[in-house]
Amino acid sequence: MMMNLAARLPADLAVLQPILPEIVLALGGMLLLMVGAFAGERAAGFIHVLAILLLIAVGALVIWLPGAKLVLFGGSFVVDAFARFMKILALAGSAAAILMSLDYMAAQNQRRFEYAILILFSTLGMLLLVSAGDLIALYLGFELMSLCLYVLAAIHRDSVRSTEAGLKYFVLGALSSGMLLYGCSLIYGFTGTVSFTGIAQAAGQSGGIGLVFGVVFLFAGLCFKVSAVPFHMWTPDVYEGSPTPVTAFFAASPKIAGIAIFIRAAVDAFPGIVSQWQQIIVFVAIASMVLGSFAAIGQRNIKRLMAYSSIGHMGFALIGLAAGTAQGVQGVLVYMGIYLAMTLGAFAGILSMRRAEGPVEEIADLAGLARTNPSMAFFLAMLLFSLAGIPPLAGFFAKFYVFLAAIQAGLYALAVIGVLASVVGAYYYLLIVKIMYFDDPAAAFMPAPLKLRAVLNVAGALNILFFVYPAPLIAAAAAAAKSLF
Amino acid sequence: MVHVRGGALMSWPILSVVTFLPIVGVAFILLLRGDGEAASRNARWVALWTTLITFATSLLLLRYFDPSLAEFQFVEKHAWLGGATLYHMGLDGISLPLVILTTFLMPICIIASWSVIQKRVREYMLAFLALETLMIGTFSALDLVLFYLFFEGGLIPMFLIIGVWGGPRRVYASFKFFLYTLLGSVLMLLAIMAMYWAAGTTDIPTLMKHGFSPELQKWAWLAFFASFAVKLPMWPVHTWLPDAHVEAPTAGSVILAAILLKMGGYGFLRFSLPMFPLASHDFAPVVFTLSVIAIIYTSLVALVQEDMKKLIAYSSVAHMGFVTMGIFAATTQGVAGGVFQMVSHGIVSAALFLCVGVVYDRMHTREIAAYGGLVNRMPVYATIFVIFTLANVGLPGTSGFVGEFLTLIGTFKVNPWVAGLATTGVILAAAYALWLCRKIVFGKLEKPELAGIMDLDWREIVTLAPLVLLTILFGVYPKPLLDLSAVSVDQLLENYARALGAAKAAGLVLQ
Repeated sequence: MMMNLAARLPADLAVLQPILPEIVLALGGMLLLMVGAFAGERAAGFIHVLAILLLIAVGALVIWLPGAKLVLFGGSFVVDAFARFMKILALAGSAAAILMSLDYMAAQNQRRFEYAILILFSTLGMLLLVSAGDLIALYLGFELMSLCLYVLAAIHRDSVRSTEAGLKYFVLGALSSGMLLYGCSLIYGFTGTVSFTGIAQAAGQSGGIGLVFGVVFLFAGLCFKVSAVPFHMWTPDVYEGSPTPVTAFFAASPKIAGIAIFIRAAVDAFPGIVSQWQQIIVFVAIASMVLGSFAAIGQRNIKRLMAYSSIGHMGFALIGLAAGTAQGVQGVLVYMGIYLAMTLGAFAGILSMRRAEGPVEEIADLAGLARTNPSMAFFLAMLLFSLAGIPPLAGFFAKFYVFLAAIQAGLYALAVIGVLASVVGAYYYLLIVKIMYFDDPAAAFMPAPLKLRAVLNVAGALNILFFVYPAPLIAAAAAAAKSLF
Repeated sequence: MVHVRGGALMSWPILSVVTFLPIVGVAFILLLRGDGEAASRNARWVALWTTLITFATSLLLLRYFDPSLAEFQFVEKHAWLGGATLYHMGLDGISLPLVILTTFLMPICIIASWSVIQKRVREYMLAFLALETLMIGTFSALDLVLFYLFFEGGLIPMFLIIGVWGGPRRVYASFKFFLYTLLGSVLMLLAIMAMYWAAGTTDIPTLMKHGFSPELQKWAWLAFFASFAVKLPMWPVHTWLPDAHVEAPTAGSVILAAILLKMGGYGFLRFSLPMFPLASHDFAPVVFTLSVIAIIYTSLVALVQEDMKKLIAYSSVAHMGFVTMGIFAATTQGVAGGVFQMVSHGIVSAALFLCVGVVYDRMHTREIAAYGGLVNRMPVYATIFVIFTLANVGLPGTSGFVGEFLTLIGTFKVNPWVAGLATTGVILAAAYALWLCRKIVFGKLEKPELAGIMDLDWREIVTLAPLVLLTILFGVYPKPLLDLSAVSVDQLLENYARALGAAKAAGLVLQ
């Protein structure tokens, strides 16, 4: 009997191969947690470094998995080119977020090993979310990701702002989870299944009013997670209140995972009723772009500004989903890849804003940066132009592909409103460039740590030079998008 | 398609070399270490040598260009964005003169900024060199996406040039410049996408032959018009130009007037006319109306200006009105005149802004009333200023005359009323330009501040002399320039007439 079990074990484990990266991440995270629990705070730096290595190893595993579409657990876990693409982005975002936080946490006397562990488990949630093939896996992934995020927002537990941000995020996040669950239950009630493929079959070409109701609630919950208007209210407060490295993390990986599951749910579960949900996405995209652009103009705090900026960018990304085509999904994937690089670079710049008395986060603090720190000003300015979507920088290509899909799908009004919103958006990015380049210098910042400079310079260089060899990202995104259709 | 002449020479991608040579200069300046005077001086020299070498290399283009061929020459194609969007470059008789104009004016701009720009010299030179690459690329791109990349990319360095090294209201002017131009261009971007889905490619030579549906032509023409009309600029979207000119440093004004404005006219010639012939035909009356208003109205506005740069800026708008009028007349003389006028205005307006820069550097004011009687202290300057004033008026014997005259006869054949009204602009131009000249140069030298003003130094003579020579050369003997673009212009009009003929046969066009 024992022999039998031992002989069968490898075969059973081999079945689990598609989920191997997640298993490694989960076990690695738990191991690091034990190390932290026994070694205490002094191991924090060590654990951070190991966490980054673990994320890189998991990324390598994701790439190493066989290329075909792999399905596990009766369809609730799917690995395809799309999942792989999004997982790599999410892992890269998380690794960069930990890297950028190392010096910040040390300088703030906030060395906590839990920080890296929480990011690891949150990333695990993202990976599961990206691969979710049914509503249960979707919910579980979301909760694992979000619960870690709530704690991360409040990781400075002695700071009023940080705890306030954490609480706000938690209460509103719980509300959105409720809506999401309500939507899931309606969909289950009207189709009799939770699996995306099953829903697609049951929904057919028409759907019916009950199902559409469910879709609305599900999408409302998803919009909340990616901070799309009208479910964006939490974003500026949470971004501003959280410690800056945590904000950087919020702006990067969870957005990737949220958009990924948004696409998968919409395209896999409701392919027959595109015309029904397309209107929702069109509205959400327009509202996000317009609000993101206009509301950012009046901001003085750069983290709040980045919050509105990210709301706007989610609007632009959703244009691709609104098109509902493979071209559109490709556009979103290109968008998210470039958005990740731009956001991480911009936050590396924001994290470098530190004077002797501590970190500063007013936009006015950047005054005259071009003279006090030309290299940082240059890369930050290029990232801002890129966020504004000015060619030849990478951000232009991001917008180019989503608008291309919108025009193909005949969504002309959406495209016109989108480009006009991008001009309004350019104004506030220009304002920052103006402050850095045209204004008289304020007191210089302290020299930024090497890691931050590295992230800023690499992200900036990637943005500037993307146009020289854009083919790899675009081809990878095209292949990933194709795997969904 | 690739035209090979000159054997071994043409085996290297000469057009890309010319386009990206300034970037090599950028790399050199970035590698310069140290601060202070030494680094600034090195940056100036690197920029000067880079622009000179670029100019010399671009002369090879001129040397090996075959004006008897209508196809694009020096063609380069490489995979780029994937799919049908390639890195595709090439020149024809319309774009080549503008490329040469760009490379020719850049060293002049660098010399003109030599001692004027004292703060952040390295960044200044970087911005100008990057701008040069983007400008040359705009004129030589043969793919719409690539074109858009260069076209819009130019906004960033120009924004910084106006904003960092500009005058007191530089922030307002730079934002207005950036946002106006961007607003026009994003609509063009959407039209480019619609054309991609209609034709399956963004390759310009292919799109020229594609024959878009009349409905798409109409919308795409309007979208392209939104972009180019702002860039050119045409009345009533010209208001960013006087602000940008007044606030920009001298060399910035030169580039703005001489090259960036030409991108609008080039766009009409490269895209609007060949790709949307039916829409161009239908909308020609609109363009005529706007051009005539631009010519008369902005000339009148120029008459009452108190700032020299503003006056020249308004006169630029009026002169570009002749260009649009000539282009949309769609006759051989009109289009050839439009191309000629673009080059001529590039030389003359550049020279006028340099002339303003000369006195501004000495007196630090651009107010017309602050000057008078300069001829007494600055005879060389006075001579040069008079020559360019006359060229600006369009006096026969200067290059300004040829362009205006050709566009006027070209338009007269199509619509005598438009040509007649536009001719009043020539008279008004004489009024404001001569008035400016009399106020500044002639009369008694009464103002005590002007008593010690010095005549041109050798550096200023070096910058202005080539422009004087070209103005007079093209005025007396315009043939080389006209011959350069003749075949391309003929082919453009041939295709245009054929498209219209086909549409008439199908009953799509009324007239």
